[in-house]
Amino acid sequence: MRTKFAIETKELTKKYGDLIAVDKLNLTIDYGEVFGLLGPNGAGKTTIISMLCTIINPSSGNATVNGFDISRQSSNVRHSIGIVFQDPSIDDRLTGRENLQLHACLYDIPTELAKKRIAEVLKLVELEDRADSAMRTYSGGMRRRLELARGLLHHPRILFLDEPTLGLDPQTREHLWTYIENLARTAEITTIITTHYMEEADRLCNRVAIIDYGKIKVIDTPANLKTALKGDVITITTAQPKKLATRLTELKLTSHIDSSRDTIRLAVANAEKLIPRLIKIAAEIGVEVSSVSVHRPTLNDVFLHYTGREIRAEEAESTLKKHMIMRRRTR
Amino acid sequence: MSELRKIYGLWHREVIRYWREKSRIFSSLILPVLWLLVFGSGMRGMELSGTQSYQTYIFPGIIGMTLLFTSVFSGISVIWDREFGFFKEIIVAPVSRTSIVIGKALGSGTSALIQGSILLPLSFLVGIHMSPVSFAILIPTMVLISIGLVCIGLLIASLITSMEGFNFIMSLVIMPLFFTSGALFPLTSAPGWLRDFSYVNPLTYGVDVLRWGTFGGTGSLLPIYAEFLILALFATAMIMACSYTFSIKK
Repeated sequence: MRTKFAIETKELTKKYGDLIAVDKLNLTIDYGEVFGLLGPNGAGKTTIISMLCTIINPSSGNATVNGFDISRQSSNVRHSIGIVFQDPSIDDRLTGRENLQLHACLYDIPTELAKKRIAEVLKLVELEDRADSAMRTYSGGMRRRLELARGLLHHPRILFLDEPTLGLDPQTREHLWTYIENLARTAEITTIITTHYMEEADRLCNRVAIIDYGKIKVIDTPANLKTALKGDVITITTAQPKKLATRLTELKLTSHIDSSRDTIRLAVANAEKLIPRLIKIAAEIGVEVSSVSVHRPTLNDVFLHYTGREIRAEEAESTLKKHMIMRRRTR
Repeated sequence: MSELRKIYGLWHREVIRYWREKSRIFSSLILPVLWLLVFGSGMRGMELSGTQSYQTYIFPGIIGMTLLFTSVFSGISVIWDREFGFFKEIIVAPVSRTSIVIGKALGSGTSALIQGSILLPLSFLVGIHMSPVSFAILIPTMVLISIGLVCIGLLIASLITSMEGFNFIMSLVIMPLFFTSGALFPLTSAPGWLRDFSYVNPLTYGVDVLRWGTFGGTGSLLPIYAEFLILALFATAMIMACSYTFSIKK
C-alpha cells in the first residue's frame, strides 16, 4: 500500500488527565523527507513519536504511518518503522551482534538474509570489530550507533530518531550526522528527528516544525524560518548611543531599536547594505562609532522567538531525575 | 510460524542472560541448601504422621520454594527492562503480546529446569533415593509450575512501577504463597482456615505433585491428574491474563 504521505496526522490529540500533551495536531510528512520536530522539553515531541510508533494510543484524532492506521493496523505500522529511542533500549548483557540477531528474530527476517544485513549495518556504523563484545563495554556513542544499526536492520520505510545525539561528544555527533545524511540521500528513508540541538536540525532537516505546549507554532524549511524572522541584528558600540538611536528612529531605518549605556541594537532586514549608511549617518551627527557587529539569525533565534526564553522548571527536574537513575545504573 | 521465531528470539535472550550470570545460578542454590541442611536438621525432632524424617519431607517443598522465588523474581525483573529501555524495543516490534509473555515464561521455565536439575541430586544428601522415573516426572512439573509463577511476577511488574515496592510484594504475595503451600508442614495437620487458603494457592498443587513424584507416587491431596490439570490451567490462564495486561496501552 503506497499513499501520498509517509505520515499524516488528523487532529491527533493526547491528554493525560487535564494536561493536553498533544493538541489537535495536523501534520503531513512526504516520503523521503528529513523532518525535524523541535520544541522545549515537555513540548510533546516524544508523545507524538510514541503515538506514531504505536506505543500509546491517541485520546482522539488519528494518524497514518506509511498509509497504515496507527490504532487499527499497528502491526503494519510496526513493520514499516525503525526507531532509535531517546533512552538506551539495548540489552547490555548481550553482545552487539546478539542484539541485532534478536531484532532480526522479532521482525522475522530470514536467518540467511539477517546474517547478510547484520554485516551490512555493522559496517555502516563501523562496529564490525566490536560486534562480539558485550554491550556494557561499549561507549555511549557506540551504543547509539548500534541502536541506529538496529533501527535500520529490517529496512524500514520510515525512521524515527528521538534525540539521537543527546549526550554525545562533538566527534560522535558529527559522525552520526554524516550517517543520517547519507541515509536520506541513498536509502530513500523518510526520517523524523526530534531534537533540541538547533544546529542538528539546521544541518539535517529539510523541514522542521517547532512545537510547544502540544501545538505546532510554525512549520517550514530552516532557511525560510530564518529569513522570516527578518532578524539581522546590528550592534553598534558608541559613547553616545541615545543620540544615534534618536536619529536612526527619525530616519525610520529600522523596525526595532533598543539602546543601553554604550550600545545600540537594531533589527534590520539586510545588515550588510545598511552598515555603510549607518556609519555615514553617525559621522554626520558627530557620533563616534567604536565597533559594529552583525548577528544573522540562526535556527536557535527562530526557536527562541516562537517558544520564549523562560526555562521550564518542572521539566528540568524530571531530566535531572533521569540522569540520577542513569548514574545509579552505571555505578 | 513467524510468531514461533519471535518467541524463540525472546527465549534465547532470557537463556543467554541467565547463562552469563553464573554467580546468580550459584547464589540461588545457597538458600535451598540452607533450608534443607540447617532448617531441616534443626526441625528434625518434629513428628510427622508417616515414617519420613522432616528433612526428606520438606525436600520437594524446598524445590517448590526455589521455583517460587526465582520465577516470580524473573517476572518482576521486567521492571528493569522497562526502566532501562529494553522493553521498548520489544513493544514496538511487530510481535504479539502473547508471544512476548510466552517467550519470557519459557525462558524462565528453562532456568527452572537448569536450577532443578542441579537441586535434585541433593536429594541423596538427605537420604531420598529417587528413581529415574521421579526425575522424568519432576522436571516437566518444575517447568509447568515455573511458567505459572513467572506470570505472577509479570502481573506484579505491570502493577508496581519501581523496585521500591518489592519488599511489599515479598511479604504480601511471595511469602504467603510459600507458607500456605504445604512446603514446610503437612496440610492435613493444619487448622481449617489455613487449609482453605492452601486449596486456592496454586503452589499447593505444585508442591504436592513434586512430593508425589519424589516419593514414588504415593499420597496426593487430589487425584494426581487433577493436580496436573490445575497446574496446566493455571499456567494457561496466567499467560492469557499477562497478554491482556501487556496489550493495554496508556
